[in-house]
Amino acid sequence: MPHDGHDNGSKLSETELRVRALESLLIEKGYVDHAALDQLIETYETKVGPRNGARVIAKAWTDPEYKSWLLSDATAAIASLGYSGRQGEDMVVLENTAKVHNLVVCTLCSCYPWPVLGLPPTWYKAAPYRARAVSQPRAVLKEFGVELSEDVEVRVWDSTAETRYLVLPMQPSNTNNWSEDRLAEIVTRDSMIGTGLVGSNA
Amino acid sequence: MNGAHDLGGSHGHGPINPDPNEPLFSQEWERRCFAVTLAMGFTGQWNIDQARFARETMRPGKYLETTYYEHWLHGLESLLLDRKLISQSELKSKKAQNTPKKIIPNIESRRCSICPRKR
Repeated sequence: MPHDGHDNGSKLSETELRVRALESLLIEKGYVDHAALDQLIETYETKVGPRNGARVIAKAWTDPEYKSWLLSDATAAIASLGYSGRQGEDMVVLENTAKVHNLVVCTLCSCYPWPVLGLPPTWYKAAPYRARAVSQPRAVLKEFGVELSEDVEVRVWDSTAETRYLVLPMQPSNTNNWSEDRLAEIVTRDSMIGTGLVGSNA
Repeated sequence: MNGAHDLGGSHGHGPINPDPNEPLFSQEWERRCFAVTLAMGFTGQWNIDQARFARETMRPGKYLETTYYEHWLHGLESLLLDRKLISQSELKSKKAQNTPKKIIPNIESRRCSICPRKR
């Protein structure tokens, strides 16, 4: 509908103007500086992302001691690989097994473990997923192409401002002799949220 | 506080439609909104719960029809006004008019490892 498109366009440009004005006002007042803003963006665009989480998962798959540390004190075990800080101060790792599949949501907001997964995808922050992950988790999983057999229990975890969850997905059975690096390559972001499974042909 | 943000179990929001190829920020203003919100957060004038509360004070109808970073923008503007770091007239005129408020760093502000340190 062209009318809707027009409305949307003018609303966005108004928002764009508001953001620009606010940024220059805050710089002019000396509360923030331009270089720091650019550095923040660069950090989250290039350094913090799901590759970090994939390293954690691959290590847990290849190192049983690390895995048990990860499951008992996730914050420390994850920090030992250099991933810590904002929005990851209190981490909990949830292990998927043949009997239990974990799914993470934040119904109230968009709480997400930034140090290991980066910034959340749009669908994670939007109403449909937040509304239905808790009430129809299997239907939600199907929308992501994941069908679990009826005897697998689905556990849904609602994140809070403090506690952030990372799913430890099941390792594909034919990857037992793979190196940690190679395993890290096949771990997807969605598998660490619980909306995906890890396949060995990625 | 309950409100439009309390979405768990609510009906009628439609399909999820995940886009596997979406960029991290879909618009340049989202990128800038993200950065100024984080940078102001690092100054420690409010904590994460206060930041969330500010976003949740959006009128429910508006909350539901706007996007994630529009919630952030609303939250940041509200916090800045509430803490008197900027004034309503500065926001309207888009120009600094008053002397900046002195920002006193606190524990939150020390958490930022990549922000410039103000001594």
